[in-house]
Amino acid sequence: MRYEYYSNLALVSSVVVYVLAMFAHAAEWAAARRTGQTEPATTRELVGVGAADMRSEPVEGRDHVSVETPPISSPRVEQFGRMGVALTIIGFLLSVTGVLLRALAAQRAPWGNMFEFTITAMVFIVGVYLIMLWRTGIRWLGLPVTLLAAVGNGLAVTVFYVAVAPLVPALHSVWFLIHIVAAAISGAAFNVGGVMSILYLIKRRAEDRGAVRGYLERLPSSRKIDLIAYRFLAFAFPLWTFTVVAGAIWAEYAWGRYWGWDPKETWALVTWVIYAGYLHARSTAGWRGTRAAVIAIIGLASFWFNFIGINLLVSGLHSYAGI
Amino acid sequence: MTAIKARESAADPSGPTPRPELPRLGWRGGLRYLWTQLTSMRTALILLFALALAAIPGSLVPQRRISPVRVSDFINEHPTLGPIYDKIGMFSVYSSPWFSAIYLLLFVSLVGCIIPRVGVYAKAIRARPPKTPRNLVRLPAYAHTDIADGDHDVLDRAAVALRRRHYRVDVYSDSVAAERGYLREAGNLVFHISLVILLIGVAIGALFGFRGTSVVIVGQGFSNNLTQYDDFSAGGRFTEADLAPFSVTVKDFDVKFETGPVQRGAARLFRANVEVTERPGAVPREEVLQVNKPLHIGGTTVHLIGHGYAPKVTVKDAQGNVAFSGPIVMLPQDSNFTSLGTIKAPDARPERLAFEALFLPTAVLDDQGPHSIFPDALNPALFANVWYGPPKVETGKPENVYSLDSAGLSQLKQTDGQPVRIALKVGDGVNLPDGKGSIQLDGWVRWVKLQIGDTPGVPISLIALGFAVAGLCLSLFVRPRRVWIRVRDGEPGHRVLEVGGLDRADARAGLTDDVAELAAQLSRRPEEVSTT
Repeated sequence: MRYEYYSNLALVSSVVVYVLAMFAHAAEWAAARRTGQTEPATTRELVGVGAADMRSEPVEGRDHVSVETPPISSPRVEQFGRMGVALTIIGFLLSVTGVLLRALAAQRAPWGNMFEFTITAMVFIVGVYLIMLWRTGIRWLGLPVTLLAAVGNGLAVTVFYVAVAPLVPALHSVWFLIHIVAAAISGAAFNVGGVMSILYLIKRRAEDRGAVRGYLERLPSSRKIDLIAYRFLAFAFPLWTFTVVAGAIWAEYAWGRYWGWDPKETWALVTWVIYAGYLHARSTAGWRGTRAAVIAIIGLASFWFNFIGINLLVSGLHSYAGI
Repeated sequence: MTAIKARESAADPSGPTPRPELPRLGWRGGLRYLWTQLTSMRTALILLFALALAAIPGSLVPQRRISPVRVSDFINEHPTLGPIYDKIGMFSVYSSPWFSAIYLLLFVSLVGCIIPRVGVYAKAIRARPPKTPRNLVRLPAYAHTDIADGDHDVLDRAAVALRRRHYRVDVYSDSVAAERGYLREAGNLVFHISLVILLIGVAIGALFGFRGTSVVIVGQGFSNNLTQYDDFSAGGRFTEADLAPFSVTVKDFDVKFETGPVQRGAARLFRANVEVTERPGAVPREEVLQVNKPLHIGGTTVHLIGHGYAPKVTVKDAQGNVAFSGPIVMLPQDSNFTSLGTIKAPDARPERLAFEALFLPTAVLDDQGPHSIFPDALNPALFANVWYGPPKVETGKPENVYSLDSAGLSQLKQTDGQPVRIALKVGDGVNLPDGKGSIQLDGWVRWVKLQIGDTPGVPISLIALGFAVAGLCLSLFVRPRRVWIRVRDGEPGHRVLEVGGLDRADARAGLTDDVAELAAQLSRRPEEVSTT
């Protein structure tokens, strides 16, 4: 019981800290705007991020990274930015602690319900962001990621929360671990990719109008954002495929059919098909760029609907929210 | 679909060259035109989105195959919308003609794209890197460096360096051409071919497979023939002879529910001890059947997919003879196993008897009427209405054992006109008014719902999926690249080494760095240090 208490404490604290981190990043951008920055966006080469990173490929051209243009001149901007990163790291540690204590409290892998899944996915999202920050310095992602983490963990501790309980018999399987970890990681990558696609659309619009100011000024070029978003989604897609396959194998064991058009299964397929569309669109003339980004955002919406809408609104075999 | 992808891809330097030939007139030209349209990338994209859209209603509207009860409820609740939905196949979306049309078209489009592409790839797999272009400066990445005049083996070293980086290398007199990343296209093709094989596996399962369920009362058995199934569906190629002649006896069944404050009533354990006899006369073996741990008997799998209660009752008729005795399977209506069923005693004389009954494992009687508040049998009780009527002629027609056909029956009423309601605890018995007979609740047993099935295509689909995921990874993570290196004369006494690079997939990072690094590496001769 103590573990559960401290787990909740850590998670609630992580929400507060993420919100503070978000404010710090917001202040960073606001300060950058006030100083009237007109210097061009940093043109550093973003290398070896995304999919390549996660397969721990050696980072190529690292020395090139060190020759980047200095990020920003104003010390206040830099101060706020560093504060945001520091707070994000604290929030991340709190959130990891929360998940680990939850696992200790439950005496099992902490993925038995919607609450546990959300807090785990948030650890993956912020973890990936921090790794990217360390390897490639994309601090411009700080604001949306801390926002996402604050909202995710916030929803988890308020709306999705359920007390520790053992698993229902259907979840007693190794596929429980495989299926859900894959879902959490690919979900994290879909989310980061989706956030980037949104940033891409905003930046692209500003570029087309020739009015790149404030926060947008410090984002990389829209082409580069598109590329990083693609890497995340290209990493997430095979993993999502695997998630669905692992789910099908498990369903064959648990329910005696590998595919039964349960609402969750259907929406997992819908999400898969939308992202397949994204990958195809990206290599079709006339569909690249804006259209592909819109498809990626629709894919993310479908992912979220599958997660929240299906769990809470529709009854099916995957109604494991326990709320 | 991806054949066009290559053609339309602006990243592909071999370029979109519009085919000059126009479709000929006549049906052949028309067909060819249709085929080109169908296998185009744009059509594939549209079909993909159509598939995603078409799959959605099935998750929001109840589906007949999953929950027929909710479908009929829906039709009753929506008298105008219901029949329209029914007509357009909204209650069986995934077998509806429009849904089938979309995915079949998608797969035709897929096949139409893979076949030519396999041919192209078969040639490309042995292809040499393209010859060094005249002007390396025009390439997306370019670096140049001076090298010593006497450095004659620089191109050989370049070839070695590139081979070490897994390039396919051609050495010419003054230049080196290299290419890598051939596996990307291979992965792409493997992925798409695997999808077709997956569909074939699914089709085999649908044609030759079968699946059915049977409710078995604990202590009783199931033997695998059609008469023992409660529902059964099989593919067109299935014959009854395909059923393996095994039998399964359910010896006992353990079930536990959460009694703590969190998720009270949630299932915590289902376990059936069963005895399997592979074929008549074989030695029976003991097995444990659990959720997630199906039985495998030959090629057939047996899953435990549900359970419920069967109250044991004894009904005596007006003459005092036992008209019915035994367990009655009742169907759970909610998560607390409020169970509904009918007890029929057609042999009761002079009048036959029937009961509409409610079995409650943990019974509570309050303003909501009788209902169960916990799924385990802590306070079991049976509530029933009584019906009676003249004996019916035995027609041999099958009738629903779970519902009462009240034709020819009248409800037993009290003197004030209210229907007689019976409430029994285990061991209780009650005499019916007017000397119609008696009913007693002797006890209860559990029943389990077994799902018996065989889906022959599963291994094919599974292997196909393994290849699909592997192919997908190759096609997304292998990034083809071309590099050319040339040595040309520069200022007197010096020669210039040029390195140019080109990425053939737009997601590759670090091309500029790689090219620069290669140039830097090659400009340093190993023995250079000693000579200066």
